[in-house]
Amino acid sequence: MFGGDAVVTLDAKLAREWRLEIEEFHTQYCWTLDRGGIEKWPEFFTDDAIYRITARENFDSGLPVGLVYAEGKAMIRDRAFAIARTQMFAPRYMQHFTSNVRVTEAGVDRAKAISNYLLLQTLMEGPTTIHQSGRYLDTFVRRDGRLLLQERQCIYDTLIVANDLVYPV
Amino acid sequence: MYSNDTVIGPIGSSPKEAPEVQFQWPAEGLTAIPDWIYTHPQIYAREVERIFHGRTWNFVALEAEIPNPGDYKRSYVGPTPVVVVRNTDGSVHVFENRCAHRGVEFCRELRGNTKEFVCPYHQWSYDLCGNLQGIPFKRGLKKEGGMPKDFRNEDHGLRKLAVTTLHGVVFASFRDDVEPIEEYLGPEILPDFEAVFKGRKLKILGYYRNELPGNWKLYHENLKDPYHATLLHSYLVSFGLLVAGNKSAMIADKTGRHGTMASAKGDDVSTTVDAASKQEMRAFREDMKLNDPRFLEFVREFDSPWSVTMQTIWPNLIVQRELNTLGVRHIVPNGPNSMIMIWTMFGYEGDSEEMVRHRLRQGNLMGPSGFLGLEDNEAIKFVQEGVRRSPTDKGVVKLGGTTEGTATTLISESAIRAMYRYYRQEMGL
Repeated sequence: MFGGDAVVTLDAKLAREWRLEIEEFHTQYCWTLDRGGIEKWPEFFTDDAIYRITARENFDSGLPVGLVYAEGKAMIRDRAFAIARTQMFAPRYMQHFTSNVRVTEAGVDRAKAISNYLLLQTLMEGPTTIHQSGRYLDTFVRRDGRLLLQERQCIYDTLIVANDLVYPV
Repeated sequence: MYSNDTVIGPIGSSPKEAPEVQFQWPAEGLTAIPDWIYTHPQIYAREVERIFHGRTWNFVALEAEIPNPGDYKRSYVGPTPVVVVRNTDGSVHVFENRCAHRGVEFCRELRGNTKEFVCPYHQWSYDLCGNLQGIPFKRGLKKEGGMPKDFRNEDHGLRKLAVTTLHGVVFASFRDDVEPIEEYLGPEILPDFEAVFKGRKLKILGYYRNELPGNWKLYHENLKDPYHATLLHSYLVSFGLLVAGNKSAMIADKTGRHGTMASAKGDDVSTTVDAASKQEMRAFREDMKLNDPRFLEFVREFDSPWSVTMQTIWPNLIVQRELNTLGVRHIVPNGPNSMIMIWTMFGYEGDSEEMVRHRLRQGNLMGPSGFLGLEDNEAIKFVQEGVRRSPTDKGVVKLGGTTEGTATTLISESAIRAMYRYYRQEMGL
C-alpha cells in the first residue's frame, strides 16, 4: 500500500546520497516546527506543493479527505498564518522524530521517499504523549541546490486524534 | 493527550464528583445549568438508559458507506457497539456487536464485506440479519456434550435494533416504539436535512476520528449557541461567514431537542460587518487576507436560502453543511467526561474532480484540525475542566432572557434553554 518495494533497483550510491540529504531536510524541517517557527514552515514547499495529513484508514481505502489539505504554497501560508495569529488553542510543545528513511525513486533533481515519524505533544501541566505515529510520503525536488517538498502526505496510524491536531506534522 | 492521560485533577479527584450529590436543578430554572449534568456518573448512566437506549433515533451510518449486499461497518448507539450491515435483499440491519454466546465483540474491522459473521472465539455464525446460523458441535461428539435438545437457534440470535432510513441516512433504536423518522425530526428540521440529502447520492470522501475530552451535551450546546460562533471563530467573523448582522437564524424543533444554526454568507464582508459589530468582536481581524481566496468560494448547489446550516439531531448526529464542505459527525458518548467523534465527510455522485477538490480545500474549516473545528474542541475541553475542577457549581444561560426555542438573533441562548427543557423532562430532573 505504501509502495517502495522497488528500492533494490535504485542506484545504491545515488539512493544513499539522497537519503542523507533527506535526513538533513527532516532535521531542519522538524527543528523549525518544534521550536515554534510555524510561519517559516511554508518555505519548505514548492509553489505547487500538495500537503495532506490523513488517517491511514483513508489512505488505505483511497479516500481523498485530509485532516489538513493544502493545494499550493498559498494555502499552506494561509494555514501557517491562522495558526500563528488567529486560532485559539491551549499552549503546547511539539517534538517530531523521524526515522527509517526509505528512498523509493532517485533522479538527479527529484526523489521520492517514505519515512516514519513520531509526534510527541506536551500540554502545559500535562504529560508528554505520543500524539501521532505515522509516515511521510514525500516527493522532493532540488531547486537552486536546496531541497523542497513538492508533495508531503502525512499518513497517521493513530486513528483517534487526541482532541485535535493544532500544528502541522 | 486523551482525557485518561490527565495528570492534574484526574477524573474522580474532585469532591464535586462524589456520589452523594443531590440532583436538584438550580432554582433559577433554565437560565442556569448545574455542573453535575456534565460530570456525574449516575447522570451519565441515566442518559444512556433513557436517551441513547430510549425512545430516540440514533444515527449509525450513511447508506453510501454500505452500498452493496454484505457491506458492513462498526458503529455505535450511544456508547454501545453495533454492526450496520446491508443484507442480500438490500435491507439494512443493525445489531449489537456482541456474540450471543459469551459476549465477544466479534466484528473488529471498521468496514468490510462479508457473507456471514463468525465469532472468532467459538465460531458461532450469524447471517446478515443477525440470526444465529451455526454452532460447532451443537449435537456434541460421539453422543457426549453439545447443546441441550431444547436449544433453538431462533432464541439465540444477536440483539437486533429497530432501523429506519431517510434519504440515505441510517438510524437505529433499541426501542421499537419511536415515531416515524420524519415526525421525529419535525417540520422545522426536515427542510434543511433534505437540502443536504434528498434526491442526491452521496460519495464518501473520508473519515476523521477524535476523542473530545468533554461531556457529549457540550457539543449540542456549542451548535445551539450562535453567540460563540460570532466571537470565538476568527475565520467565520473576518470573512463574513457568520457575523452578528448577517442574515441568520437559530431554529429549534418544537420539542427543543433538535436544532439548525443557519446563516447566509454576505457577498462583501466590508459592507456586512458594521463598525459597532467589529468593535464587539475581538476576533475580527481587518488584516486577515487569504493568499488563496478559492478557499471561501461558495458554489450555490442547494435549494436553501442558507449558505451554512449546522444541524443537531438528537441525540448523536450533527449534519454539517458549511458552504460546500459536507459531513456528518457521529457523537459517541464515552463516560461523563469524554466523547468520541466520528466524522464522515462526503460529496455527491457526479461531482467533477474540481468540485471534489473544492470540498477538500474547504474541509480545512472543520474537523480536529479545522480552522473552526479545533477551536470548538479546545473550548469544550476547557469547559469540562472548569466544571469538573472548580467548587462553583453552575453556569449561566441568560442571553435573550428566558425565551426558549427558535431565535432570530444570534445573541441568544434560547435554543440551549429549549434543549434543557426537553432533557429535564426525559431525565426526570
